[in-house]
Amino acid sequence: MARLDIQDLVKRYGDFHAVRDVSLSIEDGEFLVLLGPSGCGKTTTLRMVAGFIEPTAGTVRLGGADITRLPPWKRNAGMVFQNYALFPHMTVAENVAFGLEMRKVPKADIARRVEETLALVRLAGYGGRLPRQMSGGQQQRVALARALAVRPDVLLLDEPLSNLDAKLRQEVRVEIRELQRQLGLTTVMVTHDQEEALTMADRLVVMSEGRVRQVGSQRDLYERPADRFVAGFVGRTTFLEGTVEAPGRFRSDGGLALACAGGAPGKAALSLRPERVEIAPAGDAAALARLDNRLPGTVEFVSYLGALVDIHVRLSPTDRLVVQLANREGGFTPDVGQPVQVGWNAPAAQVFNA
Amino acid sequence: MSARRLALNGAAGVALGYILMPLVFVTWLAFFRQEIPSFPPEGYSLRWFASILDQPKFVEGFRMSFQVGVLATALGLALGVPAALALVRGRFRLRLPLSHLMMMPLIVPGVVLGTAMYVFEVEAENGLDVDVLGTFYALVAGHTVIVIPWVVRLVTASLAGVDRSIEEAAQNLGANAFVTFRRITLPAIRPGIVAGGLFAFVTSFGNLEMSLFLVGPGRTTLPIVVLQYLEWKIDPTIAAVSVVQILLIGIAMLITDRYVKLARVV
Repeated sequence: MARLDIQDLVKRYGDFHAVRDVSLSIEDGEFLVLLGPSGCGKTTTLRMVAGFIEPTAGTVRLGGADITRLPPWKRNAGMVFQNYALFPHMTVAENVAFGLEMRKVPKADIARRVEETLALVRLAGYGGRLPRQMSGGQQQRVALARALAVRPDVLLLDEPLSNLDAKLRQEVRVEIRELQRQLGLTTVMVTHDQEEALTMADRLVVMSEGRVRQVGSQRDLYERPADRFVAGFVGRTTFLEGTVEAPGRFRSDGGLALACAGGAPGKAALSLRPERVEIAPAGDAAALARLDNRLPGTVEFVSYLGALVDIHVRLSPTDRLVVQLANREGGFTPDVGQPVQVGWNAPAAQVFNA
Repeated sequence: MSARRLALNGAAGVALGYILMPLVFVTWLAFFRQEIPSFPPEGYSLRWFASILDQPKFVEGFRMSFQVGVLATALGLALGVPAALALVRGRFRLRLPLSHLMMMPLIVPGVVLGTAMYVFEVEAENGLDVDVLGTFYALVAGHTVIVIPWVVRLVTASLAGVDRSIEEAAQNLGANAFVTFRRITLPAIRPGIVAGGLFAFVTSFGNLEMSLFLVGPGRTTLPIVVLQYLEWKIDPTIAAVSVVQILLIGIAMLITDRYVKLARVV
């Protein structure tokens, strides 16, 4: 295992900038997740690390050595592909042995290491099967074993769970994460699934339009999003569009006057996490009295999610807010059309200047 | 079974019968006893099969066709497989025109192709001052041209179905471009190569029109021998020769099908 350093990486296709000046350092043994919508450059970045795409500019260092211009076969990076990319004409054992063969490992050692690696992914005894005789989850583990068998300096995971059904995905997440910890694997994973990213990563990188928007822990991204994109992409939030009139004073386009924390005067958006907003019946004057902002509204839509209930509240013709309530015994759950009041303290909302 | 299904099956049956009819009649004829084909047959015999072996020109023609077919197929594969790779994988300006050019021998009538090659060989012979026209190698070269479209077509089709990521996976595991091709790509397109080779051989073996222009004295292929024989005799020997040909090609297909399901690649 080794640390991975990406510096000022750029990939241009003609006029199109797929990746712009991406710099990242992944510590030895760290699990880093590149998160972003499709087309944000995360996969291109990963493929440049693997050597399948040649960067327009920038450097990739693995364990201190510059590998930017090395062909894929000279980099010691193990990759798990989205569709697993197992060799269909080879057995599971032959698939796993392939990388060892390429490294001229003696035959006896290959057999032993194939056994060990298959046992590691709980597929001992499946060596003689063909990939097509296995389930999706098993194929995924074969792909993982194949990448691990060569003892790579870095493990690259390209949306490894996207072809599994929801239930299996949750199990495999934990499995991969445990394996990664146990082996101390430096890992870079690409995904567009934020839940997956949040549960697996040591550190996350949010990308959009080829740029790194923010690097940080789960908490950093959720509590202190660097910009409006990150706030909207990680977790859920409602944006109220408007203007910061003076420090601490925000007026929405729909005319709501609100107290806010920070923000420079000018066009801005107020970001409110649904679980940070409180809600009470319209008549109960005391309920939200301690909060900086209190607004009357009407319930437009209620979606019942089991443990949680989402309530969409209309505050003005152009302002609508989502409030999320924990579904507690005896808790307040308004009906559609009911007048309510909502409230929050100024620091609970974040201001993003346009 | 619905009426629509019945009609569909009926139409398929008629089409199949139409295609098989000549084969059935030729095969039947080959076993007639009398020399002048007439219906109903006077009786059955194997004498026409024996008569093939009595006439060296048939045996020679068969050997010539076989040799030319094998060589043309080998050359067609050697040229066609890399060409298919370039056409599917390459990103260059002349990709499409080149792809059409390689299909041309399928579209250009054999007589036109033969004439063109004849003229070319005459010119080459004059220019180079060596024997070209009527030589064995010129004949093989001509046949190579007509087998290339089959190889390119079938290999292209199977290459298009190869998942690029398995090649990337191999490279990621340490296989260089050549090893990746040999260990991963080649096995994946093997069905296309086998089928392409088979069609190439059958095309070459049965070619008449172009070969007419290219054969030299003492070097005639089986279809030409058949044609020459028919010019002055119509006894069932020809039918017997055809049956032998049909059998050979049929066996080749059956053997191929054991290794590669032809229905999947053609």
